[in-house]
Amino acid sequence: MSGYILRRLTQSVFILVGVTLITFVLLYALPADPARMIAGRSATVETVASIRAELGLDRSIAVQYGRFLSRLARGDLGRSYAQKVEVTELLASRLLATFWLMVGGIFFELLIGLPAGVLAAVRRRSALDRSVMLSSFLGVSAPQFVVGLLLLYALAYKWPVFPLGGYGTPAHLILPAVTLGIAGGGWYARMMRSSMLDVIHQDYVRTARAKGAGESRVVVRHALRNALLPVISMIGLDFGTFMGGVVVVESVFGWPGIGQLAWQAIQIVDIPVIMGVVMVSAVAILFGNLLADLVYPLLDPKIRYG
Amino acid sequence: MWSRVKRSPSAVFGLLVIGLLIAAAVFAPWVARNNPAEQFSDGLTIDGRPLPPNARFWLGTDLLGRDLFSRLIYGARVSLLIGVAANAAALSIGTLFGTVAGYFKGWTATVFMRFTDMMMAFPALILAIALAAILRPSLWIVALVIAMVNWVWIARIVYGQVLAISQREFIDAARVLGVPTSRIFWKHLLPHLLPTLLVWGTLGISTTVMFEASLSFLGVGVRPPTPSWGGTINESQSYFLEAPWLVAFPGIGILLTSLAFNLVGDTLRDAIDPTLRGRA
Amino acid sequence: MRGRVAGIIVLMLLVALAAPTWGQRGGKTMIVSFKDDISTLDPAIGYDWQNWSIIKSISDGLMDYEPASTTLAPHLAESFSVSADGKTYTFKLRRGVRFHNGRELVAGDVKYTLERVLNPKTQSPGAGFFSGIKGAKAFSEGKAAEITGVRVVDKSTVSITLDSANAAFLHTMALNFSHVVPKEEVARLGADFGHKPVGTGAFMVKEWVLGQRLVLVRNPNYFLKGRPYLDQVVFQVGVEPNVAFLKLQRGEVDILGDGIPPADFVKVMGDSKLNKLVAVGDQLQTGYVTINTQVEPFNDVRVRRALNMAIDKSRIVRIINNRAVPANQILPPLMPGYDKDYKGYAFDREQAKKLLAEAGYPGGFRTTLYANNTDPNPRIAQAIQQDLAAIGVKVELKTQAQSTVIEAGGQKSQAPLIWSGGMAWIADYPDANNFYWPILSCAALGPGTWNWAWYCNRDVEKMVTDADALVQSGQAAARAARFRQIYRKIMDDAPWIPIFHERRYTMHSARLGGVAGIFVDPIHIPVHYDEVQVLGK
Repeated sequence: MSGYILRRLTQSVFILVGVTLITFVLLYALPADPARMIAGRSATVETVASIRAELGLDRSIAVQYGRFLSRLARGDLGRSYAQKVEVTELLASRLLATFWLMVGGIFFELLIGLPAGVLAAVRRRSALDRSVMLSSFLGVSAPQFVVGLLLLYALAYKWPVFPLGGYGTPAHLILPAVTLGIAGGGWYARMMRSSMLDVIHQDYVRTARAKGAGESRVVVRHALRNALLPVISMIGLDFGTFMGGVVVVESVFGWPGIGQLAWQAIQIVDIPVIMGVVMVSAVAILFGNLLADLVYPLLDPKIRYG
Repeated sequence: MWSRVKRSPSAVFGLLVIGLLIAAAVFAPWVARNNPAEQFSDGLTIDGRPLPPNARFWLGTDLLGRDLFSRLIYGARVSLLIGVAANAAALSIGTLFGTVAGYFKGWTATVFMRFTDMMMAFPALILAIALAAILRPSLWIVALVIAMVNWVWIARIVYGQVLAISQREFIDAARVLGVPTSRIFWKHLLPHLLPTLLVWGTLGISTTVMFEASLSFLGVGVRPPTPSWGGTINESQSYFLEAPWLVAFPGIGILLTSLAFNLVGDTLRDAIDPTLRGRA
Repeated sequence: MRGRVAGIIVLMLLVALAAPTWGQRGGKTMIVSFKDDISTLDPAIGYDWQNWSIIKSISDGLMDYEPASTTLAPHLAESFSVSADGKTYTFKLRRGVRFHNGRELVAGDVKYTLERVLNPKTQSPGAGFFSGIKGAKAFSEGKAAEITGVRVVDKSTVSITLDSANAAFLHTMALNFSHVVPKEEVARLGADFGHKPVGTGAFMVKEWVLGQRLVLVRNPNYFLKGRPYLDQVVFQVGVEPNVAFLKLQRGEVDILGDGIPPADFVKVMGDSKLNKLVAVGDQLQTGYVTINTQVEPFNDVRVRRALNMAIDKSRIVRIINNRAVPANQILPPLMPGYDKDYKGYAFDREQAKKLLAEAGYPGGFRTTLYANNTDPNPRIAQAIQQDLAAIGVKVELKTQAQSTVIEAGGQKSQAPLIWSGGMAWIADYPDANNFYWPILSCAALGPGTWNWAWYCNRDVEKMVTDADALVQSGQAAARAARFRQIYRKIMDDAPWIPIFHERRYTMHSARLGGVAGIFVDPIHIPVHYDEVQVLGK
């Protein structure tokens, strides 16, 4: 097992380097000139040229990338073009908030999705099953902006149970996390239902007919364990995507997460910030998938990787 | 199998809806009452607000005074194409990767899954902007980017599924016994993967349509004034409290589409479900 | 088990209810909401509309504008005099002005500040404004160790000599870029100076939590006695405009920094309780379509004039809920040099089609219009698209990220038409030449220019240079008259289609007050932080 983890970590380093390289090349290919954006609208040609030289943007892409890597090795991600603040500081200021939103989001996704999925599977084709299906599709299809705004309007404005957006206390986390839960819960519900049915149906019905309710509960539990496998995959995926930032929810609720930072940086081509966010996101994705892969054998000991 | 589908009322309903939507999209110029790009002077109030549904504009008007009904009909073309085709492409690629990785395991799995990880970590938005700048923005770029981005999630899920299914269904034993790979895939793997693919294929329609809207917003996809369901939602969502019809109607369209495919798909899955074989 | 879960849920609800749900406010604190994080507070670097006014409250320049007006007055300078040839300005500084770190301001600080702005290492976007100072060019190129045109006469007198007379020079001494900063603090903080700025201003930075809030606190030693009125200003960032509006109604925010959300605008203005909280004013702004004179068929002035006649500007203004007034000329109404008698090009489709036919395009032609993708600009671009289609000009729209559009505009023959919304020109200072030099002059042309029309008329350029030489205050009326002539001539050439001038609508809470017009101060956006007061207690 530790050998497996070590191999994965080594592979992750290579993947990270690959991602940074591709991102760097893409940013280089964009038809936008960061020097010009910084220089602003009243700058002379000389000012733009000198800014470009100061930032090292007049060198070849190989030189620029080399510089990026060597600074990265020292833990230096450079300074944001727009805010002149160190990128590491910008990221650090938002990392904790992003982490909590990720935890809260996954929590509500599971809270909403898992019980609904189990019930829908056990009571297949009933009215409950159909309403769970409808709600799942509704939750997934509803734009997160609208859901968030409605939640704020109802539960923070008209009837002030929760704060009107912002960050700081657990109360601030509830509404944004619920919004994520509504958007993602439907996936968990449907997957749960689907994979439980794959195993449960035949055994469950047969056993229930033969032995009565008590035994069928054992079958349900067996199906549950089987169904949790894709759920674990999805949690791993959510870990990665949420840590990369969820810009819509962050915007509506004023949550100081990485998503807003990334979105603003992309608009103005703030290359150091974009690189920083891409790296954080990549690390989170690799980590999330690794965790999921490590959990599989715990759920199903017969799973082998090699 | 068809008899089963015909017997299920929900599947019939689903097929009907899909048929209607496709018909509306194909025959749009005849179904829509107005030119979807025409900004009517009387489509806005005197202070520039959109009109709610009324006799002249069945579903109301949008922020430029255009007939929402016509825009949604024409928008079906974009959204159906993206939601169904791009999604299906992503589904296929992802299934391929995940199945190969989960089936062969070992080094194959490592290469495939690490490649998947890298594509997941890769900033798709930036790729989209770069592509739009180099090539001409078009729906095909959007479809391509979506397919390139979405397949990774399916690949990971399918990978885990195939690992588990392989154990359960004694796939390894079958391999050793010399059962041909295609037979293993079609008779033993796919029937168990189908439920997962159905979930992702149908729920994925909604997220794909909204993703198209984001890409078009960045200038990658459809250019204004070409309508799309996701695009209408995207540009109107901050007006939701004042003009909810602009979000509700396209939203219902997206919901109906994914639901309809789900209903049909569910019935199809029951038909193929090995645990139900031979049962009524 | 179930009881415990229920208990936890009840506990969570209680915590949620008990949690503080409004911002801390005591005494004279004002809360301003913004969507975007504030970029930098370094006066030499900050150049977006958001940090511009904040910087004005943290540092000061030799000149400033009287509150709620465009009238220049000495600020850090007690008085100034201009030499007879109009090239040398001598400023006498106020005594006893102190930086936030306690040190007294001296003339040497002014020279240091200007040299810092012109130093390429600072990467200041404003260096270009001061290139007219004698010796500035040599200094920026590294050929001189100092700017010879800036002379420290004595501890409280500094004189600045220009290469040629410039009537707008005093305005540049009011720009943020010339705001005086202390050398020792810049040396100590380095690149972090923008995050922890030190100046002589009415407010000091107390706390800045990135991505969440910036807190300014009153400077008790500010040289203008009685200012500022407020004890504290808190900027909450990351707040979506729709949510900020809800917060304002709940009393959690005092000023909507990003303005009234467009979705609620009509409702607010129509509600008698809410519209009392909205201050309305004009801005030094014009929204326009640039017509690239280097791209066929726009090199023909008849085609450009035809385009000007084809646009239904009042319909476009209606689309943005009448938040603007239609424009018939380049300068906005508040600008000296604005010609209220000028009629401009009337909306006349038939005449436009005739002109096109005359120019050789009776069937119209195809072209491309660029716009940035933030609301409402795509909508306005589509409205323009429809209007042009009506005279046969088939426009393809490219709505893209701002940086991409700006880049396209700066390339010589790339962008035929650009809707400037979201990137539109707001004057740096209230002088007519600010609408000419950066965006319409021959001098500005080159890769990366903001003169997206690539317009160059040498006669007009000479007229502007001559008008800029009318430096003395008694010549102001004559100068304004000259600019009216100049801009009429430019409109004859029709390198732009002026569409509208946006108005300012600042919504604030009822507890705030101040001098009339303070909430729509043309220079300080959204408000003049030094001059706002809390009414009542």
